[in-house]
Amino acid sequence: MASTPANEWKDGKKYLWLMSPLLPLLGVLAFAAYAFTGFSALLWTGPILVFLVVPLLDFLIGTDPVNAPESAVPGLVAQKYYKYITYAYIPSQFAVTVMGALYAASGQLAIWEFAGLVLSVGTLNGIGINTAHELGHKAGKLDRWLARLTLAPVAYGHFFVEHNRGHHVRVATPEDPASSRMGETFWQFLPRTVTGSVRSACELERKRLAREGRSFWSVENEVLQAWAMTVALFAALTIALGPVALLFLVLQAAYGASLLEVINYIEHYGLLRRKQENGRYERCQPQHSWNSNHIVTNLVLYQLQRHSDHHAHPTRPFQALRHFEEAPQLPSGYASMLIAAYIPPLWFRIMDHRVVAHYKGDLSVANLQPGREEKLLAKWSAANDNASEAQQAA
Amino acid sequence: MKKWQCTICDFCYDEAAGFPEEGIAPGTRWEDIPDDWSCPDCGMGKSDFVMQEV
Repeated sequence: MASTPANEWKDGKKYLWLMSPLLPLLGVLAFAAYAFTGFSALLWTGPILVFLVVPLLDFLIGTDPVNAPESAVPGLVAQKYYKYITYAYIPSQFAVTVMGALYAASGQLAIWEFAGLVLSVGTLNGIGINTAHELGHKAGKLDRWLARLTLAPVAYGHFFVEHNRGHHVRVATPEDPASSRMGETFWQFLPRTVTGSVRSACELERKRLAREGRSFWSVENEVLQAWAMTVALFAALTIALGPVALLFLVLQAAYGASLLEVINYIEHYGLLRRKQENGRYERCQPQHSWNSNHIVTNLVLYQLQRHSDHHAHPTRPFQALRHFEEAPQLPSGYASMLIAAYIPPLWFRIMDHRVVAHYKGDLSVANLQPGREEKLLAKWSAANDNASEAQQAA
Repeated sequence: MKKWQCTICDFCYDEAAGFPEEGIAPGTRWEDIPDDWSCPDCGMGKSDFVMQEV
């Protein structure tokens, strides 16, 4: 691979990246088809894609550890094409949201059709957070406004502030609301990350504005700006369509945000940066994020699963993110892992022994759930003793 | 001596203090820090820092 000259290297996935903006477009088409056929399953397109189609494709197609040669990266980064792919998500994302509100407010849906509609639109707006994430790491003004716009339908505008200035600083430490701890269930993590992220985003903006001599209630407040977009969008649709539209919008936003948070739960589970003698944490390194090379989820999520490189180089665009041999690997893509994350005993069974193996049996350097430390240490040190005894016996 | 601040997370590099934990001696000027150095808090590149008036 190293011998491939940069000018001959071609991004084999160039057109496959279109899978991401294809998702909300599929949603629009499915909803339109429902209007003509009345076939209810079409309203469940979102969950069908995320819980069935993508995990199945990940299983069938598998992984791809290929990195672009370093010499090809500047050319890859300069191509506007990749940026337009992220923009392309937004129009059909909004179309699907408006269609969803229209159908929900029509009063003609059965309860389980309404549920499918909430989950489908929530899924597409939840995946939109990934688009906003990519845009929010860019320096350009337009990109950064589009990031907030993309977060409006899912009512999660504070993510734009908290992610860059909070999560990237505190990642894989006990102080980070968006890094999960070993022994913490997703259902314990969810309220902690949701409230912690809102609090952190407001605090970061309050401090930044105070430094500029402004109050928190300034029009310059990026959290309030982003939330105002949600208020405007929800209010407009509610005034036009009635209160059922508002109920629909709130429910789909809650579900969409929970999808982001289940991904957050997976990304740094149990991993911990060492605190140095001077009180600072060591730099975030490849060993502080869980990664996956499963192709289909990587195409849909702009290589978010090459998460170690993202944290080491947050401004590196998605098309150039690398696989690192030394980074801990998940057994499957995020789309499969999130199903396990919902079921704590299954999750602990899949992941805990991987955290133990990552730290070579020494859980004292892992990020453990407060109150469960003793139990976890006892359980895994016993398991290790048994393993080494078995080894000696053999 | 000047100070440089990360535009993303506000980490501040003070030329007078350097960053000894990563081998950058006190008094090291900003232009003498390697281009591939990045913010120790959030990982942003050197180009994402701005000079700060003090």
